[in-house]
Amino acid sequence: MVPAFITSLQQAVPGTTLSLYLGDWTVIVPASHVVEAALHLRDAPEGAFDYCSDLTATDWPPRAERFDVIYCLYSTRHRHRVRMKVKVAANQPLASVTGVWTAANWLEREVYDMFGVEFTGHPDRRRILMPDDWQGYPQRKDYPLEGPGELLMENPIDWLKLRQAREEADIE
Amino acid sequence: MPVEPQTIHGAMFDTSELVINMGPQHPSTHGVLRVILRLDGEKVVDADVVMGYLHRGIEKLSENRNWTQIILLTDRMDYVAAATSNLGYCETVEKLLQLEVPRRARYIRTILCELQRIASHCLWVGTHAMDIGAMTVFLYAFRERELILDLFEEFCGARLTYNSMRIGGLPQDIPPGWDKKVLEFCKIMDGKIDEYETLLTHNRIWLERTKGIGVIGGPEATALGMCGPTLRGSGVARDVRKDEPYAAYDEMEFDVPIGTAGDTYDRYLVRMEEFRQSLRIIRQATEGLPEGPIVGKVPRLIKPAAGETYHAIESPKGELGYFIVSDGKSTNPYRFRVRPPSFCNLQALPRLVRGHLIADVVALIGSIDIVLGEVDR
Repeated sequence: MVPAFITSLQQAVPGTTLSLYLGDWTVIVPASHVVEAALHLRDAPEGAFDYCSDLTATDWPPRAERFDVIYCLYSTRHRHRVRMKVKVAANQPLASVTGVWTAANWLEREVYDMFGVEFTGHPDRRRILMPDDWQGYPQRKDYPLEGPGELLMENPIDWLKLRQAREEADIE
Repeated sequence: MPVEPQTIHGAMFDTSELVINMGPQHPSTHGVLRVILRLDGEKVVDADVVMGYLHRGIEKLSENRNWTQIILLTDRMDYVAAATSNLGYCETVEKLLQLEVPRRARYIRTILCELQRIASHCLWVGTHAMDIGAMTVFLYAFRERELILDLFEEFCGARLTYNSMRIGGLPQDIPPGWDKKVLEFCKIMDGKIDEYETLLTHNRIWLERTKGIGVIGGPEATALGMCGPTLRGSGVARDVRKDEPYAAYDEMEFDVPIGTAGDTYDRYLVRMEEFRQSLRIIRQATEGLPEGPIVGKVPRLIKPAAGETYHAIESPKGELGYFIVSDGKSTNPYRFRVRPPSFCNLQALPRLVRGHLIADVVALIGSIDIVLGEVDR
């Protein structure tokens, strides 16, 4: 049984697909219609998703649209949840939803900081957890878990040997 | 030649704004939070929050550890309420695995989480009052917090980072006589809450410092993503324990206290009432503790099928959510995301401090009850 807010969203935003897993509904919305869909979910009386619980992303290389941006929404009136998902490519900017839920401000900053997804129309697009001059986006799957550490500074030859040993172990 | 006093224009009544830096090393920022304040005299015009000093990359680390190893990483997020962080993670994985948890385990989890809520609120009331200048409450509250830490030490051997839950249940059953000690603690705590209230609730200085400070309305607080007692102080009856029951909360009777004015004082009153409601839940759960196993049918190798889920619980700070993606191939999560309640509450700080005096900034940071370990992860 598809909830009423999803059927009305499918009528309002063409190209919306949906999935159900473990009792959670997820709607997948085209990236060009993200603000439209967000406004519809917030304002339509059968949905009334006035609370943006969480906004995050997942990285799926080597897919062309490598990022999923996920909005976990909740309605304080109807006490139900839905997840909205948008697929974006690496350098594809996505419209910000800070105008819909003010909560999205810092959450979008964190997605930008960790994944490098650009949000257009964001009032304050800076890094949030990492230092301002940080290179790279730590939560991407191609970002290494460990850096060279102090060994590189103290003894570069040992570090090179260690790295080679690890690479060989990985191949095996 | 007669000497005339000279006037230097602009020096005495300089109206330019002053930018001052508060933190990251400041006793009232509860950790390493840095707030850049723009002041007009003593009034705050704007505030900018800088964080990340405690960022340890727990999300990234968790994506490279197996499912059981992550439990102890969750301890290190909200380190004054580790048991609730454990519970949130374990329940999310149980949801992914579609695992049934025995009733006894769910009851013990409820007791642990409510004890944790009291411990966390004790720390909050102590430090919040000390920030405002009431030193005594801090000493009183820490005295009772110590009793809870002793109970936790007896249960799992640790006093701060408990690692007290396992996927599918608990690491061990409660030690003999532990439930009696919990009930004894409830009896002691009853009188102590009244003691804190005697010191603060009708205290004139306390009222002056908290009433009408940082007022925020219900709809605005909801849109800002505030959660927990901070949101309930604004009159929104949102409590994950009631709205989406987990553990054994569906079998417990308790009320959700809400405020009316949405100021620092109402947030204080809400948390004081939560102390009492937590004691009520602990009593019900301890007295009705069922017999039975404490671990469900957990597979030898934890490897959930490919899929994703979001599950939220009510931590002492608010809605603590976990969004976990499993790819079904490896023994670690593909994506591990925490929705930290402190982070979302802290977002409201610039909005709350605007227009107030610089001394109120300290009161407001205390009022939203943040733990930087969770904000920065």
